[in-house]
Amino acid sequence: MTNIRLPSILDPVAIIGKKFLDIIKLIGGVGLLLSDTFFWGIIAPLTGKFPDRKSIEKQLIDEGVNSVPIVGLLSFTVGLILAMQTSFNLEKLGAATYFPALVAVATVRELGPLISSIIISGRVGASIAAELGTMVVAEEIDALRSMSLHPVRFLVIPRVIALFIMLPCLAMLANVASIAGAFVFGASTLDMSFASFKQMAFEYMTDTDVWTGLLKAAVFSFLISGISCYNGLTVTGGAEGVGRATTRSVVFSIFAIIIADGIFTAVFYYLLKL
Amino acid sequence: MIIPELGPPKENIIVKANNLVKEFEGRRVLDNVSFEVKKGEVLVIMGGSGCGKSTTLRILIGLEKADEGNVWLFNENITAYDDKQFDAIRKRFGVLFQSGALFNSMTVGENVSLPLHQHTELDENVIQIIMRMKLEMVGLTGFEHLKPAEISGGMKKRVGLARAIALDPELVFYDEPSAGLDPVMSAVIDELILDLKKKMNITSVVVTHHMDSAFKIADKMVMLYQGRVLAYGTPDEIRNSDDPVVQQFISGSADGPIPYRTSRDLYLQTLAGIAEERIDTR
Ligand SMILES: Nc1ncnc2c1ncn2[C@@H]1O[C@H](COP(=O)(O)OP(=O)(O)OP(=O)(O)O)[C@@H](O)[C@H]1O
Ligand SMILES: [Mg+2]
Repeated sequence: MTNIRLPSILDPVAIIGKKFLDIIKLIGGVGLLLSDTFFWGIIAPLTGKFPDRKSIEKQLIDEGVNSVPIVGLLSFTVGLILAMQTSFNLEKLGAATYFPALVAVATVRELGPLISSIIISGRVGASIAAELGTMVVAEEIDALRSMSLHPVRFLVIPRVIALFIMLPCLAMLANVASIAGAFVFGASTLDMSFASFKQMAFEYMTDTDVWTGLLKAAVFSFLISGISCYNGLTVTGGAEGVGRATTRSVVFSIFAIIIADGIFTAVFYYLLKL
Repeated sequence: MIIPELGPPKENIIVKANNLVKEFEGRRVLDNVSFEVKKGEVLVIMGGSGCGKSTTLRILIGLEKADEGNVWLFNENITAYDDKQFDAIRKRFGVLFQSGALFNSMTVGENVSLPLHQHTELDENVIQIIMRMKLEMVGLTGFEHLKPAEISGGMKKRVGLARAIALDPELVFYDEPSAGLDPVMSAVIDELILDLKKKMNITSVVVTHHMDSAFKIADKMVMLYQGRVLAYGTPDEIRNSDDPVVQQFISGSADGPIPYRTSRDLYLQTLAGIAEERIDTR
């Protein structure tokens, strides 16, 4: 009658299996949510049901504009660090002045989009999950549905659209701030002039480097908003559940971003030779 | 007690539930619950905490699916409806949730006018007038610019009620409308329910465990106990019931067959869904 069971040597397998199933469930749920989102975001407007402009504007500010200081500051610092590291090591090869090229290319291809996306996972992803989760707990989602107002149309669409617009912008900001950080290092310790820094930085950087980076940011935006909205809307178990959903959103978003980044890098640079 | 017959509702029946069964994780929360509500009637669903009142309500409004049984609203069998199919029907009824369920990012006024903005083509001025009128009905004139966080729990509930009746629904569901309200305000809500019935022939389904107000407003009553219908009938029939559990509930006394303290083992068994033998009510 009681179902107390002794620990078994197979437990770790069961735990890994359960985690695996959890992840499959998450991928399925996020996929369904995003397909619903595309219906309400793309198909429904064609029939005259537009998403609410005011709530998109609010999210553009909450998610995007309010993230500018933190993304700018951290990217600037990373650029500064990267410049110090690269120039120090290039010096051994007698090529210390080449560091702007290295920093610029590494930033626009990889670090700008990646750092801004990870910061946004923590800042925006967590707040989306917490806000939607609290709404679930307070019966607000039920209230929306009972008034035949679809939660995806009302809550998910504005957040997904706003992040899709804002994350590439923030990635571009991260690119500029990080390269600016590198310049500050060059100017202050190596007495580099702006002209020579600029020439060095732009000589090796191509348009392709920039747009592939921004494209990645656009895709990452769907990962962040999809995962966070899904986790928020599926909260169970009160305040504790909201906490769990918030943590899960951040962890899974970062995880998904890094995996996706790996896939992109392989496809762009090895298959397509961009 | 006369249990409504199986099958689709007769004319004039607005809400009908047939043998509803609902299980959560193997635990039977509702067991063969049946009742019906005539147009213009007030049905009160009563019962102790956790006996499945809110779950019944959630099934009626389509937020939860029953495992077995059927639900009819306005003569349509909505048992298997999804959100899209439900859309048209949902505009015909209003719901007051147990906690009010106001949208915290909007002001009181925006909360009440939200269904008007979304589902009608009315002019903004007209919407503003209707919104103020509904707030006045629940005694909250002049509160439209406050945020939900700035008003008390009882006020939130009244705003929730104003929002539920914003579209002048034919049917309103109330989950514990008077819990958390002071006696005067809860009497006001009772009057409001009766007013809506008298003046506009609005049908109501009210969940409550507030006995005085239940007997004041009800045309029919359902008493749930451990997920089953213990009594179903008019207030007089319920009052004269010889079931000791019903009597204990009405009089609100601590002595009687309702255990106020179950043993831990029994409780865990109930949770596991293996307590076949419920507490004997005879
Ligand atoms: N989503 C759910 N998952 C698991 N169990 C649930 C769920 N919803 C309700 N229950 C359980 O079903 C039972 C009935 O819950 P319900 O909310 O319907 O009670 P209630 O009669 O409204 O109680 P109260 O008067 O306290 O509001 C409770 O034991 C509750 O724990
Ligand atoms: Mg309840």
